[in-house]
Amino acid sequence: MARKLLLEHINVPGIHTFDVYRKQGGYRSVEKALKSMSPDDVVEEVKKSGLRGRGGAGFPTGMKWSFLAKPEGKARYLVCNADESEPGTFKDRYLMTYIPHALIEGMIVSSFALGAKTSYIYVRGEMMPQIRILEKAIDEAKNAGFLGKNILGSGYDLELYVQPGGGAYICGEETALIESLEGKRGNPRIKPPFPAISGVWGCPTVVNNVESIAAVVPIINDGGDEYAKVGIGRSTGTKLISASGNLNKPGVYEIELGLPVEEFIYSDEYCGGIANGKRLKAVVAGGSSVPILPANLVLKTVSGESRLMSYESLAEGGFQSGSMMGSGGFIAFDEDQCIVRNTWNFSRFYHHESCGQCSPCREGTGWMEKVLHRLEYGHGKMSDIDLLVDVSKKIEGNTICPLGDAAAWPVASAIRHFRDEFEWHVSNPKEAMERNYGIGNYADPLPANEVPVAN
Amino acid sequence: MAVIYIDNVPYEVKAGKNLLEACLSLGFDLPYFCWHPAMGSVGACRQCAVKLFKDDQDTKGRLVMSCMESVRDNLYCSIEDTTAKAFRSQVIEWLMTNHPHDCAVCDEGGSCHLQDMTVMTGHAYRRFNYKKRTYNNQYLGPLINHEMNRCIQCYRCVRFYKDYAGGKDLDVFAAHNNVYFGRATDGVLENEFSGNLAEVCPTGVFTDKTLKEHYTRKWDLTMAPSICQHCSLGCNIIAGERYGELRQITNRYNGDVNGYFICDRGRFGYEYVNSLNRIQHPLIRSHVPEAVNRETLFDHLKPLLSGKVIGVGSPRASLESNFALRQLVGENQFFSGVPETTAEMMEIILSVFNTGDVRIPSMKETEEADVVLILGEDLNNSAPRLALSVRQAVRNNPVEVANTINIPAWHDAALRELVQSEKGDCFIAYPVITKLDELASGTYYISPDEIARLGYAIANFLDPQASAVPDLQGNMQGHAVLIGNSLQKAKNPLIVTGVSLQNPSIIKAAAAIAAALGEGDRKAMLAVVVPDCNSMGLAMMNAPSILNSTALSTIGSPDTLIILENDLFSISQEAQISEILDRSTNIIVLDHLHNPTSARADIVIPVGTFSEADGTLVNNEGRAQAYFQVYMPKNENLRESWRWLSDLKNLRDGTTDANNVTPHDLIRQLADKMPQFTGADQAMPTADLRIKDQKIPREPHRYSGRTAMNANLDVSEPKPPSDPDTPLSFTMEGYKGLQPAPLNSFFWSPGWNSNQSVHKYQMEVGGALYGGNPGVRLFNHINPGDRSYMNGIPPRFKPDKENWEMLPLPHLFGSEALSSLSKGIAELSPQPYVAINSMDAESLNVDEGSILQVIIEGVQYELPVKIKPELPARTAGLPYNLQELTGIKWPAHGQLVKG
Repeated sequence: MARKLLLEHINVPGIHTFDVYRKQGGYRSVEKALKSMSPDDVVEEVKKSGLRGRGGAGFPTGMKWSFLAKPEGKARYLVCNADESEPGTFKDRYLMTYIPHALIEGMIVSSFALGAKTSYIYVRGEMMPQIRILEKAIDEAKNAGFLGKNILGSGYDLELYVQPGGGAYICGEETALIESLEGKRGNPRIKPPFPAISGVWGCPTVVNNVESIAAVVPIINDGGDEYAKVGIGRSTGTKLISASGNLNKPGVYEIELGLPVEEFIYSDEYCGGIANGKRLKAVVAGGSSVPILPANLVLKTVSGESRLMSYESLAEGGFQSGSMMGSGGFIAFDEDQCIVRNTWNFSRFYHHESCGQCSPCREGTGWMEKVLHRLEYGHGKMSDIDLLVDVSKKIEGNTICPLGDAAAWPVASAIRHFRDEFEWHVSNPKEAMERNYGIGNYADPLPANEVPVAN
Repeated sequence: MAVIYIDNVPYEVKAGKNLLEACLSLGFDLPYFCWHPAMGSVGACRQCAVKLFKDDQDTKGRLVMSCMESVRDNLYCSIEDTTAKAFRSQVIEWLMTNHPHDCAVCDEGGSCHLQDMTVMTGHAYRRFNYKKRTYNNQYLGPLINHEMNRCIQCYRCVRFYKDYAGGKDLDVFAAHNNVYFGRATDGVLENEFSGNLAEVCPTGVFTDKTLKEHYTRKWDLTMAPSICQHCSLGCNIIAGERYGELRQITNRYNGDVNGYFICDRGRFGYEYVNSLNRIQHPLIRSHVPEAVNRETLFDHLKPLLSGKVIGVGSPRASLESNFALRQLVGENQFFSGVPETTAEMMEIILSVFNTGDVRIPSMKETEEADVVLILGEDLNNSAPRLALSVRQAVRNNPVEVANTINIPAWHDAALRELVQSEKGDCFIAYPVITKLDELASGTYYISPDEIARLGYAIANFLDPQASAVPDLQGNMQGHAVLIGNSLQKAKNPLIVTGVSLQNPSIIKAAAAIAAALGEGDRKAMLAVVVPDCNSMGLAMMNAPSILNSTALSTIGSPDTLIILENDLFSISQEAQISEILDRSTNIIVLDHLHNPTSARADIVIPVGTFSEADGTLVNNEGRAQAYFQVYMPKNENLRESWRWLSDLKNLRDGTTDANNVTPHDLIRQLADKMPQFTGADQAMPTADLRIKDQKIPREPHRYSGRTAMNANLDVSEPKPPSDPDTPLSFTMEGYKGLQPAPLNSFFWSPGWNSNQSVHKYQMEVGGALYGGNPGVRLFNHINPGDRSYMNGIPPRFKPDKENWEMLPLPHLFGSEALSSLSKGIAELSPQPYVAINSMDAESLNVDEGSILQVIIEGVQYELPVKIKPELPARTAGLPYNLQELTGIKWPAHGQLVKG
């Protein structure tokens, strides 16, 4: 059994209640931090731990914290991003549902480290049960003296609020989240200025993912150095992976970073192989927005090494043959899945969730969705495939927030690795309506460079 | 200054700007949508992308939005880079995926920023072959048309309407490529500046509905630089005509005055020019038929001019016309046709301005104020464009903190996030709630005399030398200290006051505050709202009011009374006006529309409106600005007042002018006679000004139909009319380059057909026009140190059970006579009402809507009650100067009786 840091006590009955959680050693980190550490010490421990943001971008949390501006006379805020809504990602919901105090505990320690007197947990609006769970947990913590005025006699005050989300995927983007939190339309802001300088109410703000904040608890309990020993290289610690798709045992797993992908899919400790004895066709390794990889490339890198569940290994090969760790939404496709249909499905999602602020994403996602729909339903043209590549390339990197990239990557990577399947949809439209392409001959590890599209 | 490299060529540019502004200022054609020079950058449309390089070695570079990039030394960028060009073209293709192909029937066609940008990027072939999304359009009132299908989602409309102008009823709804810009439900747009949406919108979503009723393409309009006639601020406008009909008013950029925006009264109030009620012929009451030709008129007039002739000037007529009248009747026989109290207030204003104790701000300068005090004005209704400037001042004040964290001034999105709802200090004393109250840190709903007393108390707090206010209540003293402290701390305080409440003490008190605030470089700004477009010019001519009691003895019983462009019955009580008119044997009225005064005339002479005449106006800050005739009316009787009056003078004297009299000649003579007008002659150019031996065209180079438009009458092309009065020609021929700024008939530049071309006329984006912004400031501080205006603190206001104090409440639509004749504006004007507070309503036993008899000096009005809870006790508000409520002598007291 690999080491568990977040879900160690997940199977203890009643762990969602304060008393049981406390009995299992909960809130030790708050006591330790508030009684024996300065805020800077906490930041230092998190820096030492090498913890990287678990929301998707993988930016070192300690470094993010140290960027927080601390102007005189201005409040600072910590906002927990619990607006988890990426297709294929459901780890934060699991954590908040079953062990809410892990998040509350992390919030207290993190807020202390950042000097925030008011902190928010911005929860996806659809997660009403989790909102109630968190509110109950906050009440319990408050009754026990871990929140409110003068926590544990340390002189540190903290109020923690749960804010139901505005009902849009885009509100999970940190600046859109801040806008939404302020009661405005959830449109992303342009960076710079970064939230660390001008965030909620124009004050310095840190926005962290649920899992990142929960991970602060074991870091403080065991020390940053100890935490850094878990994992591999710069991918330290453990990560929650929400596995879904054609797997024998889909679900949320806490893995030690560095676990081979093959082991994660096929070992009985984790997903237990592909369901119904089928063959693996493709994997989206980190939530719907990361590039899709065919089975051979997800199990082994181009250089033939075994691909590991770590930030570096999953990204190896860049956009040509790699993917990303993302938020840990691991979606497996078996040989019966249609890549075109799946790409259209993702595209439809991103079109729907585009906020409508900047032109490339607002217009481009809708256009890609229409083209993919046409391809899937047998009315496509060969030129549509190049059109998709062209449009996706012009969206990528040219939008205000990463939603544009998130919409472009799945399309671009699907065409990169499964172009033959797209072409088959065009050349055999009738057949494509009746059956799937199957596992295909995608197995080419490094496809030839795309013919550049004329501008 | 910074040196930047664009496509490897070094350019010296001003630091602190963004790259888009720098490129445009340098003359590059870089397309954009969401950026607006007055509203800054938000980086949303992604249209202005350029390649940015790390240094001169970097060949790869990356795409950046030029509007979001600060100019800095050694910045390397490329506009011509193939990736950047392809991306810009792609953005247009995206925007076009849902934009309809209706240019041919779209009101914006031919002056459309989207068309221009599409051509500029070179996008021509569409790859998107799916259905376009469609929307339902909304009814937004009689002034603005809504056509959402054309929307390209640049967000400019909501940024202007909500953020810049403070509107509440326009917003963005829904998401992704289905976003909708409109109201929650159909209805009239509530903001005073909604007309600017037609100019702010880069395409045809919001268009001018009044233009639609007599639609003409921009290229087919004959246009001239003009000045708005509907309040005292003198906003610069462009007026356009076709087929002898005035068709459209648009904003004419003047960096010192109106900038990029004008109010709805100014934009849509023009239709009185096309009214069927226009006077078309000279009329002689005793002649059969009444309508006569010029010869008969002159024959009839000649004997009338030789006796005792009294002239009544007008605050809405040009300096030229007033001066021509003064020349005709003589200095001592020339009176101003303004109410007595107005004349008194104008005299105070002039004496304050002449001392030089205060700084008279341009509207641009008011936007830089850090603390604002408004005494007795509802700016949104009396001088709307100034309200917009004050809003910017209050809104932008907290922006200073942005510098501390390196947010540049053009980065609007970041500024708004940072500033949130913080505002600068603004205090408003007015009897009722005004729209600016939402920005105010203190509001005081008090009677006019109390406003003056509050003002004097502030002055006394700031300068103990100023006289103390006797009998001051405790809370009033507290307010005065609070406001005084804030003003004292301010670096650039602004006091705004005006004549709206018809209370001279308020103006004195405001002047006393401004004078107490500082001297020399620290002079405080004092902006004053005056009644009409040339109130200031007329007042500067120092003629006594015809309604002044001493004037009556001077007048005696004249043979002839000449009334210039003035409906006297609207400014005071009928009895008082009749008494004056009855004294004269003959009454000559020069005006454009029939009105109660012309109905009493023996002789009526038709004159041209602002679109049929040239002239000079002096605005509230003493800025002399010229407006130019737009077209030569078909009806030769519609001549400028000054031309008629000059003719009458020749007729009487038996002389003829060797040359045509031009407006410049008149202004020069005026300045020679009255030194206070020195410099005004520079505002009105000489008629023989030529650029490269050419006149300046009023028609764009694409003007069409010239040979055909009269073919139903005569197949040969008529000789184009000539303009002997100004350097402008009535045709498309003439000098095509940059004109002197006051002579810009239209903004148009190759590749830039829409109003966005204005930056090609500016020395730098958002800055002054080439050759300086139009207008000449006149006040030159001839009486320093005269502080006599400071005296006269009124006694405490005591609610009087019998005698109610009547308060004139101005309305954007309805309170200005000429604009009220335009259909759309008439529709939006309020119905007459009498406003009282809830306590008074209770004591009178009336509710909202009950009818009250209002008796003012024996004249009785039956008016429905409107409850305004904030009104001071025993004061009653009446909508000022509504057509149904004219002829009240202000300030007024009266009785309220339940009817």
